[in-house]
Amino acid sequence: MNFDPSEEQRLFAASIERFVARDYTFEARRRIVASHDGYSRDAWAAFAELGLIGVAIPAEYGGLGGGAVDLTTVMEAVGEALIVEPILARANGARFVARAGTAEQKNSLLPAIAEGKLTMAFAHSERGARYDLAHVTSRARKTAAGFAIDGEKRVVLHGPCARMLVVSARIAGDETGPQAIGLFLVNTDEPGVSLASSRTLDELRAADISFADVRVPADAQLGEVANALSVIEEVVDYATALVCSEAVGAIRFANSATLDYLKTRTQFGVPIGSFQALQHRMVDMVIEYEQAKSMASLACAAVDAETDPARRKRIVSAAKIRVADACKHVSQESIQLHGGMGMSDELKISHTFRRLTMIAQQFGDADHHLERLASLR
Amino acid sequence: MDLNYSAEERAFRDEVSDWLRDYLPADLRQKVLDYQHLTRDDLQRWHAILALKGWIAPSWPQEWGGTAWSVVQRYIFEEACGYAGAPPLLPFGLLMCAPVLFKFGTQAQKERFLRPIYNGDEFWCQGYSEPGAGSDLASLRTTAVRHGDRYVVNGQKIWTTAAHIADWIFCLVRTSPATERKQDGISFLLIDMRTSGITVRPLILMDGEHEVNEVFFDDVDVPVDNRVHEEGKGWTVAKYLLGHERMNTARIGTSQRELGRLKEFASMQSKNGKPLIDDPRFRDKVSRVEIELMALSITNLRFLDQLRGGRAPGAEVSMLKIKGTEIQQALTELMMEAAGPAAQPFAPVAGNDRFDRLMASLAPRYCNYRKTTIYAGSNEIQRNIIAKHALGL
Repeated sequence: MNFDPSEEQRLFAASIERFVARDYTFEARRRIVASHDGYSRDAWAAFAELGLIGVAIPAEYGGLGGGAVDLTTVMEAVGEALIVEPILARANGARFVARAGTAEQKNSLLPAIAEGKLTMAFAHSERGARYDLAHVTSRARKTAAGFAIDGEKRVVLHGPCARMLVVSARIAGDETGPQAIGLFLVNTDEPGVSLASSRTLDELRAADISFADVRVPADAQLGEVANALSVIEEVVDYATALVCSEAVGAIRFANSATLDYLKTRTQFGVPIGSFQALQHRMVDMVIEYEQAKSMASLACAAVDAETDPARRKRIVSAAKIRVADACKHVSQESIQLHGGMGMSDELKISHTFRRLTMIAQQFGDADHHLERLASLR
Repeated sequence: MDLNYSAEERAFRDEVSDWLRDYLPADLRQKVLDYQHLTRDDLQRWHAILALKGWIAPSWPQEWGGTAWSVVQRYIFEEACGYAGAPPLLPFGLLMCAPVLFKFGTQAQKERFLRPIYNGDEFWCQGYSEPGAGSDLASLRTTAVRHGDRYVVNGQKIWTTAAHIADWIFCLVRTSPATERKQDGISFLLIDMRTSGITVRPLILMDGEHEVNEVFFDDVDVPVDNRVHEEGKGWTVAKYLLGHERMNTARIGTSQRELGRLKEFASMQSKNGKPLIDDPRFRDKVSRVEIELMALSITNLRFLDQLRGGRAPGAEVSMLKIKGTEIQQALTELMMEAAGPAAQPFAPVAGNDRFDRLMASLAPRYCNYRKTTIYAGSNEIQRNIIAKHALGL
């Protein structure tokens, strides 16, 4: 048993902390999210330079060969500083290529992802799918030269800045069955691809993306997987574990900001933290943090090492349920204990609130994962 | 015991509902239902319709335009308006400044201010909270120094709702800096927002909305005639007003409408190929809120019944604020959850013609409603009131 971060993780954490303190303060972030693209190319280049993007890419393709556990400190830092650059989307993209790609696809894509040069997003969720990963109505029709893709994907996070999409589409079969889902690599500038972009509540960029008779060559299919659903589930579990770690960092910030406020805000001639009614609530927030951190660690370890998919799913769902509850509890309490100041856009805490609110639902809310957990018993 | 309205009360409820059906403008109602921002013009339009009908100020004395309704009728009217989706009018003039003037104002003050409030010609805001004086309101530091028949006001108010659309502000200010009890040096002033030296700075909330402001006073000149009640008696006025502020916070009718909306919305969202409302996990959560609301509506009626018997409203009213706001928050949270992944978008980026504004309003609304357990005396302060005044702790 050893819960200490490795030397390498510590170094990563320290280098991110230095970067955030210098170049990613809350004021800098405010300018970044208001900019045209909604993210900073400079910050992205710096993350690539620090090696963050290659952490979980196999060593033979220019990465460090790590897993979700190795990304824990990175994701916590992302949550703490509310970093909006698409670190998670890239980690996902790399995982798809590494898990399902052909040797050729790995050779041509993974080094570019590790260097931060290839930007990717996962275009999967559709209208009416809610959090059901098997709900895919988009179609990939075989043509003489490859495939023609039709369909519409919703709220593709980081879609607007992606050059390449991993698109799920049904090669055969009915709309919601688990069979015959394929994955395709589609460039966003391909004819027939159109994006409608938006800013999200948590200040990321997302796109609804439609595909109208988009022609791709046969080698655009990711791997030769007849049914990619198990790959999708595996990668989304991986992403879920990572977002749990991000939540842990955001909760840590919310707690430290709230504790600071309780100690410095005075009313009735004393710090409001001297009121026992508020002390107990702060203590409960700290307990939430510890429980969430434990479950996030468990989920990261499971997506790295668990070979039985059912066991992996159970652990990831359990983690997401616990973390979603902690996200709601801590975010709501942090605003309440800040009083009016917590409602203000000026303070970082209200932005952390928004990110925690969205993380609680990202990759499935607590209800979705309770249902999945129950179905696996 | 009879939990039902009397025949007369039922007839009154029907009269109000019928009238609302005929006279509440469809476009205003739609704006309320779609959670859109209401402008001053929108509020004024609805205000004028109610004023024309004679229903704008039910609780006022009859000679000033009140309706002479019983407390139960007033409650029925408020809840019917909320249920119908009528624009919620600002309380600061009609429900806060006016009762203060009736109780403490001079004849000249009544004649100057009440008619424009009734007609909706002048909007008011409330200058209470300060950066250092929130829950501990009596520690406020905005000063008013008297020079002959004028006060000179300096200081700052914060979280001032509607200051940017208001014509007047009623303010608690410190007229005596060194009193033994800090409550004693406070006075209640009516200040014209156009007076020079007043600066209004928007405070944008986390959902991007501009509802509240900071108001700065820099050597603002106020006639002594605009002081309500005696100098140093502002706290008495404020305490009187707090009772009024908390009378309508349960908002049963609005929450009942939102509950219906939630069920309708959740029946249009699908989960596992079925309507979300048929999902037992989600359905149970809706039921819990529905039960809480059902209980609160009866609790509210029980309190009203006590009031009707001539008993003064006690600290129990704080409970209506606590439960009412918790229910409002739970409803916004379930709407956001019901939207699922579609709750993420917040604002379109140029060129997006497929943007769904209703979906995109649900998560911001959830954010916005966190304010309800903070404003008008935070729910922590409400619990203190119950503990101290009702339970003697």
